[in-house]
Amino acid sequence: MTAKVTVEDVKRVAELAHLELAAEETPAMLRDLNTILDYVAELNELDTAGIVPLAQVSDLLDANGKGVVRADILRPSLDRAVVMSEAPETDQAFFKVPKVIER
Amino acid sequence: MQPKQTREDLRLPSEIKSAETSSQQSSLESSLESSLESFVEKPRTLAELRAGIQTGTTKAVDLAAGYFDRIARVNPRLNVYLSLTKERAMEQASAVDAVAAKGDPLAPLAGIPIGIKDVLVMKGAPATAGSKILEGYRPPYDATAVRRLEAAGAVLLGKLNCDEFAMGSSNENSAYGPVRNPVDTERVPGGSSGGSAAAVAANMAVGTLGSDTGGSIRQPASFCGVVGVLPTYGRVSRYGLIAFASSLDRVGPFAGNVRDAATLLGVIAGHDPNDATSSPAPVPDYAAESDMPAQGLRIGVPAEYFAEGLDPEVRAAIEKGIDALKASGCTVKPVSLPHTRYAVPVYYLIATAEASANLARFDGVRYGYRSPSSNTLSAMYSNSRDQGFGAEVKRRILLGTYALSAGYYDAYYLKAQQVRRILADEYLRAFAEVDAIVTPTAPSPAFKLGEKTGDPLAMYLADIYTVTASLAGICGVTVPCGTAAAKLPVGMQVLAAHLNESTAFRVARAVEAAGL
Repeated sequence: MTAKVTVEDVKRVAELAHLELAAEETPAMLRDLNTILDYVAELNELDTAGIVPLAQVSDLLDANGKGVVRADILRPSLDRAVVMSEAPETDQAFFKVPKVIER
Repeated sequence: MQPKQTREDLRLPSEIKSAETSSQQSSLESSLESSLESFVEKPRTLAELRAGIQTGTTKAVDLAAGYFDRIARVNPRLNVYLSLTKERAMEQASAVDAVAAKGDPLAPLAGIPIGIKDVLVMKGAPATAGSKILEGYRPPYDATAVRRLEAAGAVLLGKLNCDEFAMGSSNENSAYGPVRNPVDTERVPGGSSGGSAAAVAANMAVGTLGSDTGGSIRQPASFCGVVGVLPTYGRVSRYGLIAFASSLDRVGPFAGNVRDAATLLGVIAGHDPNDATSSPAPVPDYAAESDMPAQGLRIGVPAEYFAEGLDPEVRAAIEKGIDALKASGCTVKPVSLPHTRYAVPVYYLIATAEASANLARFDGVRYGYRSPSSNTLSAMYSNSRDQGFGAEVKRRILLGTYALSAGYYDAYYLKAQQVRRILADEYLRAFAEVDAIVTPTAPSPAFKLGEKTGDPLAMYLADIYTVTASLAGICGVTVPCGTAAAKLPVGMQVLAAHLNESTAFRVARAVEAAGL
């Protein structure tokens, strides 16, 4: 958990996140990530063996009561024409994007 | 509170003059002068405004027009509003006046001018989330909280500036420039709901909506000297809130006094089938319940929130607030929350992990900004995101992606979720012994613009007293509790157990009534 982030790590993670970092952005990101990860390493002090992770507070018995899950029923959603009017490029039926694979 | 209001009213003429001339001044001149200016003005109460509209002595259209005038004068200096929804506001105001003219009963917020943080969508109005990546986006629907306000008669003035995607503690991460604190324009208003807090502090709205993921309502309320509410997780629908960290995000109100904040919460709270995590619990009459005296309530004071790093003047102000609670008949006792120091690391791991997933949707395909010069789909994604997102958003996406990536998931994300449960259990144990817990909202009063921008970790530590309640899902209210040097506001955070908002409001009312 105290792994030091390298320039290669930053580039790999940026690629995973579809972020194209400019060359001048990388050193600052590297420094900040290492500072923050050094700080969060404090959590290693705690023994958490056997503790059930808490992903959602609705899970807590005292929060929202039991089982807040909606019924899975098909309902009308926004009209296609309304949604498509917000697209950067569209033929009104589909979203248009640059080519996906090189030929 | 009354004398304070008078003093501020007297300041108004000089403030109008400086606002009018500011556009002709060079920015250097205005910044030299700006720290001497105050734009603070307390909004009238809902009860006063309502009485005027019902009897016809105040027309809702005049009230709305008056607010748009004030915004036009003050906004160039404070940068509070990003866009205005004048047409929609005036239409609603006219409808309210028509109802009042007939003598028909008015809806609870009839004619009340309200501003909306620009992370909540309003149909057809720009929704930027403080980001360039949403430039030009016009959402095709209303957020549930927005729809409920309008159904209750509120006049919606426009969209309020905030940190990009609600990520920040100073409002300096907005792609549209920082909001300035109405108390002292050299200082930050707090964040991320800086515009929502500043709008109420400067009477550019009677009430506003904000969002709070790690303190984004409570901390700016403290910095600007207004009331801000963190509702229980699930109490207010997140439908139409641009997502940052879905297990932490809440929508809540700001107002000039506690009772009005309680009224606003009552309007926006309640079950919504469009938010799967929304609570089915019935909504009490928060305003009426806030009228009950705080006498007899048990108040917990956690030593961990008064340790090293707390500004001595903030400590002194909060201690006076605690004395006021004793004087109003509350029992004050120490409580222990020993894992508090782990809350900021847990918060930044969980919030960034969720953000990295939520912000994957901004890809230049369906709406918002698309980079114009990309030959392949993959390059279009990367270029659009790189050009559209600011530095802090990229930093958090990278941190979150790293914490979720293969080989690190257990060490970071899972570990953080386990400690999250420890923190939540700790609060639940404390609330078995006390009705409310009081703490400072922030370790210091509002800091200066630029003071923390070079050091992300220092900025994260501004959230040290607010993130634990976010992780536990409990509710709270920030209420003005005196001032530090240079009249800078100090806010007390009043926390209560899940769905116990009324208790937090009662305690906050007692602090407010002390007039510190």
